[in-house]
Amino acid sequence: MNILMLGWELPPHNSGGLGVACYHMSKALALQGAKIDFVVPYNAKHPDIDFMTIHSATSLTPLERYGLGAYDSKTVLEKGLPEADINDLKDMRGVQKRYVQYVEKLVMKLKPDVIHAHDWLTMEAGMRAKELTNIPLVVHVHATEFDRSGSNSGNPLVHEIEYQGLMMADRICAVSNITKNIIIQRYGIPADKIEVVHNAIDVNSFNDGYQYDDSTYKYLEAVKAEGYTVVVTITRFTIQKGLAHLVRAAAKACEKYSKLVFLFAGDGEQRDELIELASELGISDKIFFTGFVRGKQWRDAYSVGDIFVMSSVSEPFGLTALEAAHHGNALILTKQSGVSEVLNSIFRYDFWDEDKLADQIIAIATSPSLKAEMQHDIMCEYSKISWNDVAKKCISIYESARKGVSV
Amino acid sequence: MSKRGIVMYLHVHQPYRVRKYSVFDTANNHDYFDESDYNCDRNNEQVFRKVAEKSYRPMNALIEKILAKHPDYKLSLSITGTFIEQAEQWAPDVIESFKRIVATGRVEIVSETYYHSLAFFYSVPEFERQVEIHKAKIRELFGVETQVFRNTELAYNDSLAKWADGYGFKGILAEGWDPILDWRSPNYVYRPTGTKNIALLLKNYRLSDDMAFRFGDKNWPEWPLTADKYNGWVNDSITDKEIVNLFMDYETFGEHQWSDTGIFDFYEAFVEKWLSNPVNTFYTVSGAIDAFEPAGEISMPNTVTWADMERDLTAWLGNSMQQESLRYIYSLEDDIMRTGDIQLISDWRKLQTSDHVYYMCTKWFNDGDVHAYFSPYESPYDAFLYYINVVRDLRWRLHNHHNGGGLNG
Repeated sequence: MNILMLGWELPPHNSGGLGVACYHMSKALALQGAKIDFVVPYNAKHPDIDFMTIHSATSLTPLERYGLGAYDSKTVLEKGLPEADINDLKDMRGVQKRYVQYVEKLVMKLKPDVIHAHDWLTMEAGMRAKELTNIPLVVHVHATEFDRSGSNSGNPLVHEIEYQGLMMADRICAVSNITKNIIIQRYGIPADKIEVVHNAIDVNSFNDGYQYDDSTYKYLEAVKAEGYTVVVTITRFTIQKGLAHLVRAAAKACEKYSKLVFLFAGDGEQRDELIELASELGISDKIFFTGFVRGKQWRDAYSVGDIFVMSSVSEPFGLTALEAAHHGNALILTKQSGVSEVLNSIFRYDFWDEDKLADQIIAIATSPSLKAEMQHDIMCEYSKISWNDVAKKCISIYESARKGVSV
Repeated sequence: MSKRGIVMYLHVHQPYRVRKYSVFDTANNHDYFDESDYNCDRNNEQVFRKVAEKSYRPMNALIEKILAKHPDYKLSLSITGTFIEQAEQWAPDVIESFKRIVATGRVEIVSETYYHSLAFFYSVPEFERQVEIHKAKIRELFGVETQVFRNTELAYNDSLAKWADGYGFKGILAEGWDPILDWRSPNYVYRPTGTKNIALLLKNYRLSDDMAFRFGDKNWPEWPLTADKYNGWVNDSITDKEIVNLFMDYETFGEHQWSDTGIFDFYEAFVEKWLSNPVNTFYTVSGAIDAFEPAGEISMPNTVTWADMERDLTAWLGNSMQQESLRYIYSLEDDIMRTGDIQLISDWRKLQTSDHVYYMCTKWFNDGDVHAYFSPYESPYDAFLYYINVVRDLRWRLHNHHNGGGLNG
């Protein structure tokens, strides 16, 4: 089967989970025998990718493309593609228009069996490719504009693109039931057009000789030796991630049980607000802000943790929870995060329920047996979630799309 | 009858700015004040060398020149310990020039906390230790005894006056703020309410700020300010009164007001102009107190500073980050002192310098007056994060020293 995959990023040039998911999904599909042509909007080497052909739609460097903000639709103004200037590669719409033009030519040349477009960024290209060739279009929704904008209304142009893409698609993959429900309720798409395809984790990708270095977070190791429990979250600091609730829950928990510290790894527009909130609540010295972490500092942040919290208000999936499980954390996840749909050995809470979160943190921190049990059980559980199963599911979706099992 | 006179008082200070100090430095590196990037405003050496070139050297040269030319010229200086340490390291010639001007006997050194701290409001024992360390350093360097006290940021209230009175100071400095003075003029010597022997000198903030803040501002209707015009204003203000207290940062000359504004020439011309009238003179702070009896009592139950429109401590203690920082730092006092570890104690004290919390100020978010709050950090939040990481490292060092206890997250 020949697949034209339309994406926005791949490791190591990714700024978040979208690139990671596309990478593993493609790799697993290739293992199942698929031939994949993957289009990205920038030009760079991908040293670890030899299982598919990567096409660069523009000559931008990945860094220039980051500047456009793959996750931040606020920078997109009101331009429709006809008005966008393909020579303006500083403008997201200009780059997207270039991307569409590139895909128009490529799809005519390749004549794939199916077009698989990831998120709104590439949906216009997917629609255009389908229009030109009548090849079935599968749209994969990793996050909707409703997720990205938190409680705000989001960008109307992005909503419009998502709506059209979802309407035009022959089949839709949603990364969780949460996302599926948003697509049904907010975009009015019939449920039977949508399949839930949860993401997975590639356990092998972590076996790269990594060894925890306890000097990276030396101070945290010192407080751990004093009997403290380290609660970690690794994320972008945006409204969508619900971190203000986590800070308030932290304050509540510390009131009852003081031997807690919180590692906030990451960065984002909400950082200053969180710092201020922590100081208002009198727990500045309980919360450690690392800034953006990569490589060793990123892996070690998981390793130093005892408990991982995903506090998202709306999280389509949430791969970091699986990564945290791999590094031995007990998990506390909001019910509003997709990943909590596929795991059992976890604590769940509603994102606004700070009391419950505080309670769960204290419970794990004060009970060595609960902590050991949760850490052990999730370790057994997460690794069963395999990208091979995702690939198999994708292939059956492709086949149903080709047969025209659609609305 | 004593001549009417100007009391010129300049405050000389540089803090030890905290470097970009991350979570990953905590418990690993203890070099809080050594920013590695030389071309960065957190690099204390770079800043010091720059300001020495722009301000300390040319201004001290000018002061020496004026002292030589005008026997009636007098000056008072407060020089912080953190300034002296940095000058000794990076510009010893500046120390030498200060020694020369003090040796004339016409330049008085004012007492303050060595570390330019707000310790009075947190721990009087620590505050007194810092005053003593400063006294000792001034004695060692200049061979003089300080007699008049100024608190950091001119932060003053009645209980500070009582403390200074009891400690044996003959004078203390404060802001001459209208709501306190009401109908009274700052151009007299006063006595703080509830004290016996101490005199109070109040900053004439209009005339001081004309020079310190507005001098080079081309949008100011009075720009350009000439020595004649300013001399006229000082005359109008003093008329039949005793003194005009011009209190400001030393760095006004050459740093806040660059040389190309004409500040140096202006000052020299103004001194000349003022002294050309035989009824005029200059006083040191002690000289003014000796020359005049207090004209009345002044009470300031609430703390008044020389900052902002509010003249309070909100630029240093106005938000929760600032309050928390100082709460953390002063809560370490007993454990730190107990170590007897000179390096640890010195680092802890350098972190008490008021500039650190000033960099965390968010007041300007409201009034939009960004330029009034210079900071070497990207934001008040960054300043706070680096500071908290340092506080944790102090705890870690303490923990090692005492072999357990008290890390507290």
